[in-house]
Amino acid sequence: MNRIIEKTMKILFLLTACTSIIAVILICFFLFANGIPAIGKIGVFNFLLGTKWKPTNNIFGILPMILGSIYVTAGAIIIGVPIGILCAIFMARFCPKKLYRVLKPAIELMAGIPSIVYGFFGLMVIVPTMQTLFGGSGKGILTASVLLGIMILPTIIGIAESAIRAVPESYYEGSLALGATHERSVFFATLPAAKSGILAGIILGIGRAIGETMAVIIVAGNQAVIPSGILSGVRTMTANIVLEMGYAAELHRDALIATSVVLFVFILIINLSFSLIKRRER
Amino acid sequence: MSNINKRDFRQKINTYKRNPVSLILALLVILSAVITAGILLFLIGYILVKGIPNLSLDLFAWEYTTKNVSMTPAIINTIIMTLLSLLISVPLGVGSAIYLVEYARRGNKLVAVVRITAETLSGIPSIVYGLFGFLLFVVACGWNYSILAGAMTLAIMVLPLIMRTTEEALKSVPDSYREGSFGLGAGRLRTVIRIVLPPAIPGILAGVILSIGRIVGETAALIFTAGTVAKAPKGLMSSGRTLAVHMYALLSEGLYTKQAYATALVLLVAVIGINAISNFAAKKLTKE
Repeated sequence: MNRIIEKTMKILFLLTACTSIIAVILICFFLFANGIPAIGKIGVFNFLLGTKWKPTNNIFGILPMILGSIYVTAGAIIIGVPIGILCAIFMARFCPKKLYRVLKPAIELMAGIPSIVYGFFGLMVIVPTMQTLFGGSGKGILTASVLLGIMILPTIIGIAESAIRAVPESYYEGSLALGATHERSVFFATLPAAKSGILAGIILGIGRAIGETMAVIIVAGNQAVIPSGILSGVRTMTANIVLEMGYAAELHRDALIATSVVLFVFILIINLSFSLIKRRER
Repeated sequence: MSNINKRDFRQKINTYKRNPVSLILALLVILSAVITAGILLFLIGYILVKGIPNLSLDLFAWEYTTKNVSMTPAIINTIIMTLLSLLISVPLGVGSAIYLVEYARRGNKLVAVVRITAETLSGIPSIVYGLFGFLLFVVACGWNYSILAGAMTLAIMVLPLIMRTTEEALKSVPDSYREGSFGLGAGRLRTVIRIVLPPAIPGILAGVILSIGRIVGETAALIFTAGTVAKAPKGLMSSGRTLAVHMYALLSEGLYTKQAYATALVLLVAVIGINAISNFAAKKLTKE
């Protein structure tokens, strides 16, 4: 009797372990099965490189959205990465213990704040600031980049901090012993050794930024045209899906699903490079 | 660092005078920490200051109307959605973690595949989950926009999080516990359930609470699975918006800024509370 229970439970645990495999297969299947035929119908080049998105005229070119996603993500990286890495250095090497006990949960909290709240904050604070600074509507690449840069901070700080902490203490001590100051030792002995871990953090940050939806929709302006400058409005792939999925039908709907396929492929590439770097680190 | 490396203030100033680069680096590091903490404090403070005056009894009226814009139905939906998602994802996530840590042998091929797929799942953006849930649950299963479709989608979304935290919690249980249990003649199942799981529970709980946070804050995955109906659901198959979706609807309608402030406040307070409880549970784990 006991034996049978042992065996069935083992099989049951094995089955639960397969859930994530099944989930990935299902996600791939449903996205590709609906998206790929649409791409075929529109034409790969017309779809990926088309500069016009006019669903009412059956013109589906998502280049503006791909560029939009890339611009906004690049902006977020330019703003978020330097602050994130420096803050991680502070957390790992400069922070007094008492302050750390407050700062660490605070940064974890930052990761937990819902993106819709970030978006609202961006709309109420960053957009008006941009309006007074640069004029115009205040919604656009720069605004979205600033907001996304803030949102990816906790991801980068968390991973970069543990990468810096993983560097053997002897690097730092050796540098001190050679007469370097605390700052020089941290920046020029410890930091280079944590390079690949920090890079992994940045890549994860890129994944977060490119997949972010709700916050971007609220502050990016959402015009489906190739942006002409960092102040002009922009629509990302994620925004494109949410904005039009509600009323889309037939080829239009499938074109939106195909947009998510492109996004999914971006994410897969990012994930792959993340795990490659993590593996190399070991 | 011990006392050997301690220097007084004047010595520090002197070092910095001789090494301006170090001074600049130190200032930069401190500046970025101040910026990060400042942004968080400003965000919380801003929502508190703007949100509290906009709270009113009307916002918590039992029924939603366009006049009172009540968030009570949305809160009820959020609670149902959270419970239902956890009901699905916790057994699956904890079960897979138990298999990975307690049953699978070293070098098991399946384990590698499970790890890779779980990592992939945790990187997928929520809007992709939303579309997938729409295609599978809403269209293919024919459930329409429903609480159940939303909960299934969210359950898959938080699965890797629960798996990872449970795995870490199980791994932190010393092997001597298992050896002792086996030595007394207990089977593997009994060892797992009676000996290994109890000390791991705070860690598992911390992960579950973090997932609650993600579920409560999720918007993109729910718009096209659970829909945006602003009523408390009649059953699992009826559509209903959670608090975060409610907030998006308020913003996109553009007429309800005051109510949006109040909703943001409620969301933020909920997330802060959830994080605090999760930290508390995790601390309990490390103490024992």
